[in-house]
Amino acid sequence: MIVGFLSVCALLSVLVTVGILAVLLEEAVHFFAAVPIWDFLTGTTWAPGGGSGAAGDYGVLPLLSGSLMIAAGALLVGLPLGLATAIYLSEYARPRVRAVVKPTLEVLAGVPTVVVGFFALNFITPTLLRPLFGEDRVFIFNAAAGAVAVGLMVIPLIASISEDAMRAVPQSLREAAFGMGASKRVVSLRVVVPAALSGIAASVIVGLSRAVGETMAVTIAAGNTPRLTTDFFASIQTLTAYIAQTVSGEAAAGTVRYQSLFAVGITLFAITLTMNLVSIRLVRRFRQAYQ
Amino acid sequence: MSERDIEAGPTRRPEVPPPHVATDAEVPTETIFRIRDLDFFYGSYRAIRDVHMDVAGNQITAMIGPSGCGKSTFIRCLNRMNDLIPGTRVDGSIDYHGQDLYGPDVDAIEVRRRIGMVFQKPNPFPKSIYDNVAFGPRVNGHKVASMDDLVEESLRKAALWDEVKDKIKKSAFSLSGGQQQRLCIARCIAVKPEVILMDEPCSALDPLATNRIEELMIELKRDYTIVIVTHNMQQAARVSDRTAFFTAEVSNEGRERTGVLVEFDRTEKIFTAPTDRRTEDYITGRFG
Repeated sequence: MIVGFLSVCALLSVLVTVGILAVLLEEAVHFFAAVPIWDFLTGTTWAPGGGSGAAGDYGVLPLLSGSLMIAAGALLVGLPLGLATAIYLSEYARPRVRAVVKPTLEVLAGVPTVVVGFFALNFITPTLLRPLFGEDRVFIFNAAAGAVAVGLMVIPLIASISEDAMRAVPQSLREAAFGMGASKRVVSLRVVVPAALSGIAASVIVGLSRAVGETMAVTIAAGNTPRLTTDFFASIQTLTAYIAQTVSGEAAAGTVRYQSLFAVGITLFAITLTMNLVSIRLVRRFRQAYQ
Repeated sequence: MSERDIEAGPTRRPEVPPPHVATDAEVPTETIFRIRDLDFFYGSYRAIRDVHMDVAGNQITAMIGPSGCGKSTFIRCLNRMNDLIPGTRVDGSIDYHGQDLYGPDVDAIEVRRRIGMVFQKPNPFPKSIYDNVAFGPRVNGHKVASMDDLVEESLRKAALWDEVKDKIKKSAFSLSGGQQQRLCIARCIAVKPEVILMDEPCSALDPLATNRIEELMIELKRDYTIVIVTHNMQQAARVSDRTAFFTAEVSNEGRERTGVLVEFDRTEKIFTAPTDRRTEDYITGRFG
């Protein structure tokens, strides 16, 4: 009886995943009937609802590049800070300091993303980026602010997973290095970090996939201008921001614009699924390392 | 010499018999460690007390005794490994070539470069065989003319070269347990220490691998001073020149165990004609 209930619950999550995929696929098929998949994947203009031919208006590259800019920028912020935090917590922090810092990190992870986005728009852009890089150079909505905001959100993820990986490194390896006259710094950076590398890599991928999937903060901070650019101070649009914008807009069911939501959705799904699969493999590898 | 006799004399602590310590006349080589009145504390708990011992150069000195007698804790005092455990403290003195090992201007890291250590379980790094051996010289910033030569020399000294020379870039984990332990010895040798401390180096190995390590130890003592902790009395009898027998004193209604050095002498003497009754009981198997 109880087992039956529990197994139904477990099955539910599988069904939901399959359901989501089915809905995405169904509408996406209609979309790709109107817009050739090749045009979608390689087009450099994203102008839904405007322009001439439907196919030419739905090139996903601007959105994709927006998402990748955010992800790369977030990693640039989140990886060094997250890794440094993990090394500190795992190798240097006294238990009492750890007892304070770790829960604080978890609080940071729990800040609603809309709040982080608001913080980026009202603090990071006007008081950090603009004075630093120039008032005219930095748009009010810009990719850099979004990337920093998402980077802040990614720190706890990277720190927490990397720290677990570092603490899983056997004490005997640290002793081996200390016994040869290695300093604490050498032990941390040249024994513990390399030995925890696959766990750290997994944390990076989880962070990346979080950054790609992040919606609210980037919509608020980075804007809604689909644009193929490398300028971090310009306004951009990410895959997720496009979905959020269009879902809350006036796209009528059955139109190509409406169906484009599902095409973008499936693109996102494919990216995060790939990243999760890679991270699962990496985590498995690092678990096997010291059995 | 006479000074030490006074320190170890029965008047100091009449309730326990003083450890029988061989006189310098029996020690053929230079004294490397001169240990006096050594106490070791974990917080307020005293884990070892009053150890008094001279460790001679180019010899194998073995520590034997029942579990929990503090012999591992003691050997870790010799290269300041215990410094890594918060809240520990050493009283008394360990002189290394006449210099106080725990002196204020002594760098524990430098100590561990000269006094290497091999552990109970083989603990190679998850790197190649080559990189394991090269690790110490690299991180310690040693100026090495040829790392390849140093790696080969170290592996040869650890009697491992012939077995691994064709797969030097392979993972250290591809080796057997006994080979891994010899790799750890090679890794230790590559830093060019003077002393090698071995904390039950064979306890995770089968008899054949143990045998190889024992042969190796006897070869190594030409170049190094070796201090070994062992659970295996036969091992101490086979390889060591001098043996220290430790035991645990139980106090505070069984809640505290403090390690004491009962007897320290030539190995042959310890195993054939021990002075202390407790040593005799232990080696004849009546206790421990």
